[in-house]
Amino acid sequence: MEILLQQLINGVTVGSVYALVALGYTMVYGIIGLINFAHGDVVMIGAMVATTLVVTFVGGNPGAVSAWVVVIGALLVAMPVCMALGWTAERFAYRPLRRAPRLAALITAIGISIIIQNVAMMVWGRNYLSFPHIIEPVVYQFSGARISVLQIIIIVAAAAIMGALMLIVHRTRLGTAMRATSQNREVAGLMGVNINTVISAAFVIGSLLAAVAGVMVAAYYGVAQYTMGFILGLKAFTAAVLGGIGNLPGAMLGGLLLGVIESLGAGYIGDLTNGFFGSHYQDVFSFIVLILVLVFRPSGLLGERVGDRA
Amino acid sequence: MSAIPVHRDQGAMPELLLVVNRISKRFGGLQALSDVSFGICKGDIYGLIGPNGAGKTTLFNVLTSLYQPEMGTANFMGHQLTRLKPHEIAQVGIARTFQNIRLFANLSAIENVMIGRHVRTRAGVLGAVLRNRATLEEERAIEQRAYELLEYVGIADRANDIARSLSYGDQRRLEIARALATEPTLLALDEPAAGMNPSETVVLRQLIEKIRNDGVTVLLIEHDMKLVMGLCNRVLVLEYGRVLAEGKPSEVQRDPRVIEAYLGKGAAGQAGAAVAAPASDIAARQSTGASHSNQGRHDS
Amino acid sequence: MSTLASVRTPVPPRVWLGIVLVGAVLAILPFLLGMVGQSWIRTLNFALIYVMLALGLNVVVGFAGLLDLGYIAFYGVGAYVWAMLASPHFGLHLPFWVILPLGFVLAAIAGALLGAPCLKLRGDYLAIVTLGFGEIVRIFLNNLDAPVNITNGPQGINRIDTFRVGEFAFGRTQELFGFRITGPEKYYYLLLFLTIVIVVICARLQHSRIGRAWEAIREDEIAAKAMGINTRNIKLLAFAMGASFGGIAGCMFASMQGFVSPESFSLTESIAVLCMVVLGGMGNIPGVILGALLLSVFPELLRAVVVPLQQTLFGDVILDPEGIRMLLFGFALVLVMIFRPEGLWPSALRRRELRAAKEGA
Repeated sequence: MEILLQQLINGVTVGSVYALVALGYTMVYGIIGLINFAHGDVVMIGAMVATTLVVTFVGGNPGAVSAWVVVIGALLVAMPVCMALGWTAERFAYRPLRRAPRLAALITAIGISIIIQNVAMMVWGRNYLSFPHIIEPVVYQFSGARISVLQIIIIVAAAAIMGALMLIVHRTRLGTAMRATSQNREVAGLMGVNINTVISAAFVIGSLLAAVAGVMVAAYYGVAQYTMGFILGLKAFTAAVLGGIGNLPGAMLGGLLLGVIESLGAGYIGDLTNGFFGSHYQDVFSFIVLILVLVFRPSGLLGERVGDRA
Repeated sequence: MSAIPVHRDQGAMPELLLVVNRISKRFGGLQALSDVSFGICKGDIYGLIGPNGAGKTTLFNVLTSLYQPEMGTANFMGHQLTRLKPHEIAQVGIARTFQNIRLFANLSAIENVMIGRHVRTRAGVLGAVLRNRATLEEERAIEQRAYELLEYVGIADRANDIARSLSYGDQRRLEIARALATEPTLLALDEPAAGMNPSETVVLRQLIEKIRNDGVTVLLIEHDMKLVMGLCNRVLVLEYGRVLAEGKPSEVQRDPRVIEAYLGKGAAGQAGAAVAAPASDIAARQSTGASHSNQGRHDS
Repeated sequence: MSTLASVRTPVPPRVWLGIVLVGAVLAILPFLLGMVGQSWIRTLNFALIYVMLALGLNVVVGFAGLLDLGYIAFYGVGAYVWAMLASPHFGLHLPFWVILPLGFVLAAIAGALLGAPCLKLRGDYLAIVTLGFGEIVRIFLNNLDAPVNITNGPQGINRIDTFRVGEFAFGRTQELFGFRITGPEKYYYLLLFLTIVIVVICARLQHSRIGRAWEAIREDEIAAKAMGINTRNIKLLAFAMGASFGGIAGCMFASMQGFVSPESFSLTESIAVLCMVVLGGMGNIPGVILGALLLSVFPELLRAVVVPLQQTLFGDVILDPEGIRMLLFGFALVLVMIFRPEGLWPSALRRRELRAAKEGA
């Protein structure tokens, strides 16, 4: 029972990160029908930038500077970098293809992903960057399970950000414009919505979330590397599809659910298969979930919202 | 209508080709078809008419297995159409055209018709790769037949033109040629005269009669009343998914319910005057109705 | 575009002359390159393997219009089949005429299995699912070393038998009629032969009843079904045929390289092959060959220039040539899609389709 609770805590933590990234995928897909292959790599850039900064300012002596200042500082640098990256990709690579067949945009997104990954590889090398342990490893215990400060921060921060996003989407003009555009782009344009601004906003907001997620991942796992975006991105996309692509609450639900499934699965799969499949098959889980969802219930749990495509 | 109408006028009992019995189809809250029954005999040119939204194309889609009905059966020469997969429909002998023309737009006219020959030919991977004599013979025959069909519908001079570049009327005829390439027993045409001018319509009418005389039974959705009344030997009228009337064109156009459906309440009361020239009344209604009919509604 | 031309019209003499010239060049190419260095012959051999892969993927993506991002899995299947049946790993040393057909068939089956769940998916979801399958295959290749050692995991399988016809081994240098011919040179001719066979098969498929059915499905799947085309089976056929060519390429890769590991069958490679097809001209055989040659040879040329250049300028290799290669691919994909989506050497049909999409939609 304690194991179950522990797995749940771990699952919700990881799931919160997945949810943040999934929101980026789902917003973009809902508005322009594109699977933004490069989104996971934006998360990676956020992680790499943040890690580099933290390492630079903390150097060899952790505790010299307050952990909070460092992390917030890293965030404040990572966010604009990621937002700029997302904006640039949209402006120069995706916008020219808005009228092209969807596969053309998908192939382009793959190209952008490769470019981002390899620039990162050339800048930071192939080695893993280590995120210093500056966050106090304080752990709370209850009911036999342990939850660390970092986990609490991640869960709370992610929830707060998601709440803020829902406020933006439902209570501001921009949010309404985004919802209108995702339902029917042409008519929204005719009603005076600046489509370009809305689409850019979707990418920028998504990239902002990606930056936060990147910092969380780097802090939580302690490492960052140029290939980390791919698997993370795929899992987050799985989460988005699981919840219903284009559907914001769906992305959040899908993220949490996927995190929990993965956590439970990794924990128990060794027992279930008598050791035939070890926990390094963990990634296969996400793929299998993805394939099952896309084949059997492509509209996801909460239903997809992609609107008319004329 | 609960009884399936199979009365025919003259001669020996003609062969029943398609028996549709109580077909019902709903989409969410909309009952698109409700208890539709009718029968088509070999050699018929059977018209399917009704106001927009009546369910005509939906009925086509059910018969060609693109939609599954909740209820009802459609028996075509011993095959239960509702149990077949869409690609098996051509196999058993039903070919169709589409209301919005679904040609292979970037291929040439003759290639479009050659693809129509797919279901009656056999060459597979082995034949394709080995290019043995049988395969080469088949390819020659396919091309030959395709050309003949283009001549049959009258667009042979456009054989190598890209389908998208053809005129609207030529595209419709190409679609018919492609459908004929599958050697159908029943040819189902969805508004073939839509968008045609009167002279093109005359040519189309002659083509459809030629097709029927050459042994292919025709099922026809149309809005052009003159064409329907002049061409069809039997007509089914749908309204809001229900059968309103069925019978010979002359009977149907005198049916007060049909007149009411097309001309509105009160017009039926003046049936005496209306009967004198019902075809032209309905045709006149068509010219106001026609402006509504070409807005890409997918369930006419 | 025309499905008719190759069935009927005779080939003009000009084209025959071109074929003879090209044939002559191809025949002596390895010896020309050998004068520059044996490694260039190896590059050429890998280029031919990529050509085979690109042709195979072209059947799936170009002919049938199905974006398969997991294609490299079939390459892996072929490679591991050879590796497991012709190496000390299981102690088996079966002859090529057993393994090659087996690789062909197993890869084809894998293609059908992978394709089957994907048939109803729309384009972008199909891409992601096939990507997932490709990764699953790689993960299994990487982990099937315990509890039963099937693939030897991340270490891979080495000391793989070379291609052997009777006593004639392709891996070895030997004297032949007074000429010294090296392993890579022998492999070149073998690979060239296989490539030509695959080209002929693809060309014949394209201009056949099956090829037309693929075109019909790409143009309008509903109309294709209405014309009696069993779209499910025809799509599976595309997956299986494309995969089988990948399998053959994999067998040759294993026998030539002497060593296989799961690393060679990653998503990166799938994307590289996709890039070759897209850049060259999806659906057009000459275009795809061009794309494969360009994108496999150019990075090597670049590497030969960039590495010494960096060493003289910086004293060390700062920009990883592998990174440069991948950047090349990335930019190629993006720029091609934006400026010339039909590729460098498209078929007339493809150009029409993509121009139409740009104007129409």
